[in-house]
Order: sequence, then C-alpha cells, then structure tokens
Amino acid sequence: MWTSLRTATWLGWQIESNWASPALFALYSIIKPLTSAAILVVMFGMVTQGNFGSTAFSYMYIGNAFYMYVGAVMAGMAQAVVDDRERFRTLKSMYVAPVNIPMYLVGRGVARFLTTTLSVAITIAFGVAFLQLQVSPSEVRWGTFLMALSLGIALLATMGLTLASIVLVIAHNSWLVGEAVAAALFLFCGAVFPLEVLPWWVRPVGYLMPVTYWLELVRRSLVGRVATEYPTLAAFSDLQLVVLLAMLTVAFGAIAAATFCRCDRLARERGLIDRTTNY
Amino acid sequence: MESNRDRVTPLRHSGWRLFARTVMARAYPRLIMNVREKWWVVFDIVLPLVGVCAYVFVYRANHAPADLIGFVIIGGAMSAYWMNVLWAMGNQLFWEKETGNLALYIMAPSSMMAILLGMALGGMVTTTLRAASILVIGSLLFDVRFTIASVPLLAAVFVLALVALYGMGMMFASMFLLLGREGWHLVNLAQEPVFLISGTFFPIRSFNFWVAAGASIVPLTLALDAIRQLSFSTGAELGFLDVRTEVMALAGLGVAFLVAARHLLHQLERLAVAEGRLTESRA
Repeated sequence: MWTSLRTATWLGWQIESNWASPALFALYSIIKPLTSAAILVVMFGMVTQGNFGSTAFSYMYIGNAFYMYVGAVMAGMAQAVVDDRERFRTLKSMYVAPVNIPMYLVGRGVARFLTTTLSVAITIAFGVAFLQLQVSPSEVRWGTFLMALSLGIALLATMGLTLASIVLVIAHNSWLVGEAVAAALFLFCGAVFPLEVLPWWVRPVGYLMPVTYWLELVRRSLVGRVATEYPTLAAFSDLQLVVLLAMLTVAFGAIAAATFCRCDRLARERGLIDRTTNY
Repeated sequence: MESNRDRVTPLRHSGWRLFARTVMARAYPRLIMNVREKWWVVFDIVLPLVGVCAYVFVYRANHAPADLIGFVIIGGAMSAYWMNVLWAMGNQLFWEKETGNLALYIMAPSSMMAILLGMALGGMVTTTLRAASILVIGSLLFDVRFTIASVPLLAAVFVLALVALYGMGMMFASMFLLLGREGWHLVNLAQEPVFLISGTFFPIRSFNFWVAAGASIVPLTLALDAIRQLSFSTGAELGFLDVRTEVMALAGLGVAFLVAARHLLHQLERLAVAEGRLTESRA
C-alpha cells in the first residue's frame, strides 16, 4: 500500500514537473499563483484605496492562497484518472499490476500537494513582503497550523478520491470535473469573502462544506484576529473547529471509500478501465 | 490499358467551394455537440457563472460601486471566448495530433487554414451561446443596469474582438503544432495572467498607461474596455482609451493575427512535416 503511495507520488511529481527545465518550471510555479492572487489584490485595492493592512485583506489573501490546494489536490486526483486512461493509456496496466489503486490516486494527489506548496509559500511570502499581509512567523501558532494543514490535506485527498472514482465511470467532461467542483466550492466555502455576504439561502451550503472550517482554521493560526473580525464561525473555538474538521474528514473518508468501491466495480463490470473516448 | 483501380477520381469540389465545405465540415462537430451532449450547460454555463459570482461577492464584501459588478459579469462572459481560443483553438492541433486526426488533415486535399477557420467559426457560435447565457443570467441575478451608449459601435467592437481573438487562436494553433505536452502547460499559464493584464474583473485603467498599452496586444483587453465604456454610465470615466481608437486597434490586431496565422501555419506545417512531428505522440 505504501509502495503504491510512494511510487505514485514520485510518478506524479515527474509528470507535473519534467515537461520543462527546472528554471521554467519554477517560473511557471510562480507566475500562475501570483497572477491569480494579483487579480483579487487589484480588485481589493481599487475599492478600498489600497487598504492592504486590513484584516479583510488578510482574510481574502490567505483564503485564496490556501484554496490553491483544493483545486490542485482534488482536481489533480480526478485528472490522474483521465490522463492515465485516455492520454497515457496506462490505467489498465495499473489495474493489472499489484497496485493499490486508491493509494495510487492519493499518491498523485500528494504530488500535486508538493508542487502547490511551492506556489502557496511564494504567494504568502509575496503578500508579506509587498502587500502588508499580517502574517508574522513569530505570531503564527505553528501547532494549530500544522494540524490544520494535515487535516486539510487528508480531507482534500478523500474529496479527490471521491471525484476520481466518479471520473472512472463517466465519459463526457471527465477532465473538467475536478476543476469545476473546485471552482464551485470557491464560491460556497467563503474562501475570499465571509459567508455573510452570500444570500441567506446559499449559506447553508457553505456550512456543510468542510473546506470552510479548514480555511478558517488556517486563517486563525496565521492571523489570530480574523477569528473575531467576522461572525461566520466566531462562536467556534479553535479546538471545536479541529474536532469538527476531523469528524468531517472521517465522514468524507467513508464516503470516498464507498464511492470508490461502487464506481470501481461498475467500471470493471462495464469494461471502462481501458476506455478511450477521445472526448 | 488503364484499369478501373488505376483511374483517379477527380475531386468533386475544389477551390473556394472545397474551402467552404471544409470550413463547414470542421465547424459542424462544434455545433452539433451542443445538441447531442447536454452536460455542457452545467460545465460551460453554470460552473463558470459560479466562478464569476465569487468575484462579484468579493466586490460586494468590500462595498464596491454597482457598475463594477457589471464589469465582472461582462468580464466573465468575454472570458469564455478567451478560454475557447486557448483550449479549443490554440491547443486543438495538439489534441488532433494525439488522436491521429492531424495527419489526416494534412493528407486531405484541403487547406489547413480552412480547418482552422471551421474550428474558429464553430467555437465562436458555441461560445457566444455560453457567453450570452452568462451575461443574461449574471445580469438578472445581480441586477446589473446597462446604459448602452451606441448599439452599432458596440456591435462593431464585439465583431472585431471576435475576429482578433480567433485570429490569435489560429496563430496559437499553428505555433502549438511544434509543442508537446508543454503546450498544455503554456495554455494553462495563459489563463490567470491574461485575466490579470486584460482587466477581466476590473477596469484596465487600474494599471498605469504603459502596462495597459502593453496588455492591449491581447484583444480581450481593448474589447473589454470598449464594451464597458459603451455599456455602463461610469464606463467612459473608467475607460482606458477612446472607444474609436480601440475599435481601430482591434481591427488592426485582427488583420495582423490572421496574416500571421496564415504565414505561421505554412511555415510550421512545413517544419513539422520535415521533422516528422505530425504523427508523433509526445504525451
């Protein structure tokens, strides 16, 4: 099982990074996340006359930076199925080999986590250096941060496995599923604005999304003041958020396991493992 | 004596007729897919709209003027064209190569320019449907108030923007003939940076003149600025250049990109044939 994870991580890293020279890959890893953050920075700066020292800016900037993990890990795992089945046509070989498929997919997610960590770190460092982002290493609660990060990655892996399982049995738009779900969650989980801004009838969706609690925990561990600034989750203590996130991760893990079993069986029954749709 | 097998069947169509039929044939799958596969409504309208909504709520959370929300909706609608240009034009010949169609295109007694034009026309029609849906639904959802200054000018900007954008897409398609999977990454890289420099979600005037002028090489920049100036009461005061100047610049870009696409296609097709890259798979 661990060999599958380790090998898939190595393979994923190679696929993600060896299409270009290390210098070009580093440039790619810097430009994309920074420009993505810059869109929000310009929007925020324009309407607040450049009030980047505010808590609202920290809330938005940190949420956006860490949300990169959601798109990368979840979409990456779903994309791994499409790539292996349709482009490289190796998925059937994976199934024939003594490979633990769920762990293989998680390994591909881990590779995306590693490449994204570089982007997240650069984005945060840029914010601190040039945009008055209120993250000070001495004030960061590192224990809470690392726990939140670990739980979040486990959570994203379970969500990614669920999506990858669904992609196993769908033909059309399969390459869009991961990014589409990530884009939808961006709105509902309050990544770049507090949930109170959403219409009242949409907010419950945000409260059901574990990513909401994860981002809140990450923000609190990096900039403590955001917890009191917005009423969204102010009633929850850090410990309560950790417990809630852990419970949701377990629940999503169970959903992922059940979804994989079901979809894996369907894909085998219907002969979809080596399907090439050219869609 | 010549046998039936040796006899060459003359082409039923040639010249402009063949060109037109090729354009129609390549545009057809892009049009018919909207009828045959209904999930595009979710993936190409609902989900992009959800993404656009997130930017609207960023403005709302910071109490931005109402017109900026309209700017985001226009930006979201027009960004559908940019995505189509990148993925369904720029990267398309790479996919065609992967699936084995590219060699058939080259072998067929038709013009590659016609194939690219067919892709562009099919993509334009399909994307217009998507962009219009995003515009209408987004405007209704967020109560966007338009103040149209000149309908003919707005129509001219829109048409010229499409010509310039798809001309650029045809140029990209030629360039990407020589790329392997790095093409996928380059296309991926051309999303957020272009959304930033073209002012997709904010007025381009937020940048200084020279940055905005440099960004104008991407037709989306001038198109968005001109459309916003013509569609909102505060558009002119947040505008970058005079609309008529932008119209002329868009026309110039359109011509330049189409000419460049034709030239590049010819050059790169020859190079790809010489280097044997038309049938290789570098996935």
